[in-house]
Amino acid sequence: MNIHEYQAKAILRKFGVPVPDGHVCYNGASAREWAKRLGEGPWVVKAQIHAGGRGKGGGVKLARTSEEVRLTARDMLGMTLRTHQTGPEGKVVTRVLVENGCTIARELYVSLLVDRATSRVTVMASTEGGMDIEEVAAKTPEKIFTEAVDPLVGLTGFQCRKLAFALGLTGKLTAKAAKVFEALYTTFVACDCSLLEINPLVVTAEDELLCLDAKFGFDDNAIFRHPKIADMRDYDEEDPNEVEASQHDLSYVSLNGNIGCLVNGAGLAMATMDIIKFSGGEPANFLDVGGGATIERVTEAFKLILSDKNVKGILVNIFGGIMKCDVIATGVIEAAKQVSLNVPLVVRLEGTNVELGKKMLAESGLNIVAADGMADAARKIVAAVKGVEQ
Amino acid sequence: MSILIDKNTKVITQGLGATGLFHAQGAREYGTQMVGGVTPGKGGTVVDGFPVYDTVADAVEDSGAQASVIYVPPPFAADSIMEAVDAGLDLVICITEGIPVLDMVKVKQYMKGKTTRLVGPNCPGVITPGQCKIGIMPGYIHKPGKVGVVSRSGTLTYEAVWQLTGYGLGQSTCVGIGGDPVNGTSHLDCLKMFEEDPDTEAVIMIGEIGGSAEEEAARFVKENMTKPVAAYIAGVTAPPGKRMGHAGAIISGGKGTAAEKVAVLEECGIAVAQSPAEMAQALMKVYRPS
Repeated sequence: MNIHEYQAKAILRKFGVPVPDGHVCYNGASAREWAKRLGEGPWVVKAQIHAGGRGKGGGVKLARTSEEVRLTARDMLGMTLRTHQTGPEGKVVTRVLVENGCTIARELYVSLLVDRATSRVTVMASTEGGMDIEEVAAKTPEKIFTEAVDPLVGLTGFQCRKLAFALGLTGKLTAKAAKVFEALYTTFVACDCSLLEINPLVVTAEDELLCLDAKFGFDDNAIFRHPKIADMRDYDEEDPNEVEASQHDLSYVSLNGNIGCLVNGAGLAMATMDIIKFSGGEPANFLDVGGGATIERVTEAFKLILSDKNVKGILVNIFGGIMKCDVIATGVIEAAKQVSLNVPLVVRLEGTNVELGKKMLAESGLNIVAADGMADAARKIVAAVKGVEQ
Repeated sequence: MSILIDKNTKVITQGLGATGLFHAQGAREYGTQMVGGVTPGKGGTVVDGFPVYDTVADAVEDSGAQASVIYVPPPFAADSIMEAVDAGLDLVICITEGIPVLDMVKVKQYMKGKTTRLVGPNCPGVITPGQCKIGIMPGYIHKPGKVGVVSRSGTLTYEAVWQLTGYGLGQSTCVGIGGDPVNGTSHLDCLKMFEEDPDTEAVIMIGEIGGSAEEEAARFVKENMTKPVAAYIAGVTAPPGKRMGHAGAIISGGKGTAAEKVAVLEECGIAVAQSPAEMAQALMKVYRPS
């Protein structure tokens, strides 16, 4: 789960991480009033959408007077912001963050994440603030410094100092940086983050440290422990189908192809997408119905797949272990009737009660193509979809 | 022989609720020595023939179990793993899906210096066909034999097993290591065990996008392994930055892409199946059954 920048900064402020004073605003007039309350200017007006790359898309602007804050906020609100992360359709800006500007002496980078290789939280810092960290990692990996944290001890003072020195900080800034790193680690653990990225962390002209941007990723498995964070979820920022899916306990990710997939198990679902591609088609989605899918869930899954207008055919691939094939067959038949299915449907069933399941599908009177094995299923659905297109 | 478990393995179930009981019954029917369960507060009772204990330590002392399988709900599962480790079990298999990753970070640290092996969490379990089944996999698709299988995914393991059985090839042991980013047993750990197991002749390794565990395993194959290995990596079509069901299956910054993994695996002499329908076929290119 992700949150907006203004929410991220509110959390950081609570944990004692230095962030600029600012406030979220929903219209130009309130932006002007908040600017006056915050200080003397200049101010920065920042569009609040979840995607990165806002600056280049015109979503971050400097304003020298409070009237300029109002005009900038007014123009930004309601605009469709397109960045490399939003896709060509962009995101409509519904709120802006107005905050005090600062004079930047240096831009640094710091992030925390769970490193799979060490099974530990790792603090990553770089002198190359304001840049895409993936690019830094690829081109100049020597400019990235890491410290893995012992979970029972926490981030130690010497680790913080090591990072600060590596970043070229001196004098009082070393101690200030150590405090920031410690506070970030405390935030990360207290909020069950999966990612906490500060880019940039700036050194101001007054030799203070300030987090100018903040990105949080939260561990979905731990969100039950954080009801207040869960409330920050902004459904408008998410794919509506993915939101719908999560409400039915379905694991769904929408993609750009035209073959809908309904599969049990995450690994098999990924493999099914792969084999569609391998056979010359393009998957429209990833969808794992899970091990204990009921008829209702299979029906919901069908509705979801068909709500994507690009879908020209559906492939059902089930390896029934705990899940019995006759239950899946019943679900497929029920769903096909309910949604009045009018695209080709290929079904591959294997596992417990497979004969019964196949028989039910064959006798259902529905236009269902049965397949033997994954390869056969993929070939058949790709051929069927190509037939529809011609 | 086999790895991790065999017909002599005695197993207790932690979390003998509806799900745990269902799978304990299934394992018992398969022939596994399921010797009891742990449900705090229900010690001294008997559920469908399974003696119930309050603590894992009690269960181990009374039943002589060497292994446990965990079906405890996610908020409490990490604690259950640590309890099993504290009781000195050789093997702990955690089926539970959805454990907070920072809980697992603590568990991993807690387990340092201890001898217990953890498999999972978020995994289907381990089966040595014809001898012992611990977990949620359908027993009947497996067949005793000489091919070891290790995978992060449940249903994709069934798929591989099904293909092997189609070629008349049985399995020595199948290990589902689970889809979480922080887990107990890696692909590499399993390959080491399969290499040492006299009854395993070849291995199928099933990986996914994300991380670098498959690459590490591949380097071991190149440098130390005498047995043929085939592999499949799921997620060629997965877009970067998206989580595909398994929390571990997420590509970030071009690292851990399927293409990158396949290249490393092939370089290390592993027969990589391009399509998931060809896992057994890929193995047959490098393996002549004895």
